[in-house]
Amino acid sequence: MSAVLEVTSIKKNFGGISAVDGVSFDVREGEILGLIGPNGCGKSTLFNCILGQLTPSGGEVKLDGQVVTGLRPAELNKLGVSRTFQLLQVFPKLSVRENLILAGQEHQGNMASRLVGRSDAGLTGAANQMIGFFKLDHLADEPAGGLSYGQQKLLDAAMAFMGGPRLVLLDEPAGGVNPSMLSDLKDRLVAINREKNATFVVIEHNMEFVMSLCSRVMVMAEGKVLAMGRPDEVRKNPAVIEAYLGH
Amino acid sequence: MSGFAKPLKIALGLIVIAGLIIVPMNFNRYGLFILSQWAVMSIAAMGLNLTLGYAGQVSLAQGAFVGIGAYAAAIMTTHGWPLPVAIVVAIVLSFAVGWVLGYPALRVQHHYLAFVTLAFSTLAFLVFRNESWLTGGIYGISNIPRPHIFGIATNKPLPFYYVCLGSLAIVSLAVWWLIRSPWGRAFMALRENPLRAQSLGVDTRRYTLMAFAIGSALGGVAGALYAPLTQYIDPVPFNLSLSLDLLMMVIVGGAGFYFGPFLGAMIAVLLPEWLRFTEGYYLMLYAVAVMLLLIWSPTGILGILDRYLAERRTKAASALRAVAKSRLETVQ
Repeated sequence: MSAVLEVTSIKKNFGGISAVDGVSFDVREGEILGLIGPNGCGKSTLFNCILGQLTPSGGEVKLDGQVVTGLRPAELNKLGVSRTFQLLQVFPKLSVRENLILAGQEHQGNMASRLVGRSDAGLTGAANQMIGFFKLDHLADEPAGGLSYGQQKLLDAAMAFMGGPRLVLLDEPAGGVNPSMLSDLKDRLVAINREKNATFVVIEHNMEFVMSLCSRVMVMAEGKVLAMGRPDEVRKNPAVIEAYLGH
Repeated sequence: MSGFAKPLKIALGLIVIAGLIIVPMNFNRYGLFILSQWAVMSIAAMGLNLTLGYAGQVSLAQGAFVGIGAYAAAIMTTHGWPLPVAIVVAIVLSFAVGWVLGYPALRVQHHYLAFVTLAFSTLAFLVFRNESWLTGGIYGISNIPRPHIFGIATNKPLPFYYVCLGSLAIVSLAVWWLIRSPWGRAFMALRENPLRAQSLGVDTRRYTLMAFAIGSALGGVAGALYAPLTQYIDPVPFNLSLSLDLLMMVIVGGAGFYFGPFLGAMIAVLLPEWLRFTEGYYLMLYAVAVMLLLIWSPTGILGILDRYLAERRTKAASALRAVAKSRLETVQ
């Protein structure tokens, strides 16, 4: 398996604080990599550095062997890298369907064709399919702001898939989602992973969710990589137990 | 607005359009002037609604773009150019200046952006006033001709009113198209959550600049019609207070609602006229009316309607939820 994403010695300092301190890892094509670690260990900052929301203080990010460090988020998204955020990020006044169309429209045609072309950029079908896939059918025309937290979380994840990404970075997709919806979400992620051959990196605190979803797990602590391996290996690692899982 | 049946909406629209064409036929000169002014201000307010209401970029410079368009039209038509050409020049000029004014918006937002645009507004006013070689300075430009459209002279108030109304119709259609295109959706994404929009591939820089440029271009169109409407321009009407008036039109009508600017312009242009019978008190009453409206509905007049429709939807949705819940309980 070749590496979709290669991260080399990424550093990010905020003043005197070193939020991410020389993190290197790679993500293999088609895998679901879990990223865990205590609060404040730099997981989200690492995501933001990879995705261009933050400029790293040092290090390099490669996508399919091409250096993409410093590209803007919109440019990275066009290259097939998508994400969700830790806090809800839907467009509250747009309907569920409009949210999904928006999430895919910039991948259709160019600026000019989007101005003169169809209002839905030809995406209503794809949006409806995604709505069905995430079981949001009865909410398709509701403003996203009116949905429950868990439903918005599903929509948020669905939006990340609209552009047909190859690599998706999910920041706590399970946070605040109730147990029954959680197993739904997991099924959806696994299905997209298999059918569309999309590669995932998932930040999550829900251990059961991570351990059952991911093929490999990376553990971070204080801005550094503490451990990397199969879920069962990581779970037994004394350093991980000390820093994160607890006795 | 989705709460009304489509045929009803179309019928209502046709009645309003027919009314705007037929009723003014026996208006006097002054009535027609006021109505033409409404049409012109609606165009400018639609531009600002695009920048502010849809794309969420605060601008206190829309009045300056009306000025740029007005001076472009005044200078060109008094030198013998036909008005349609002047309008195109006004569009290109205010689009370009608006694009440049968009750059600060890539760095600053909200009230900081308001101050940047306010400074631009002052700058534009100073250019209109001080560059006498071009703008006639404080003496302004007089004898601005009204155009011949398809060989028909529009010197008289009624034909020129139709020029304004026709222009409003064209602009309205163009804006409607823009709003419902993917661009409109991207503008709203810019307003609601630029960070998320970026991560979905929305080029927020380009769309921000476009929002400014297109909104400003519509200000230019309004100006290019304002000049032949009044047939005399000087710098005073294009000072900061016009920008503030236009901002008020957008807010009062309902920012981010398609029909907001029409209503807002109607209130800003017509209400003072209707309140004129109160003599010295009309401006006070007007001010109080605006304050009361915004206390009652901070999202403007169309916000009231939207709230009503949203409540109705919520009620329907919670009824559905109640049914779903009872089903769930039966299953368990």
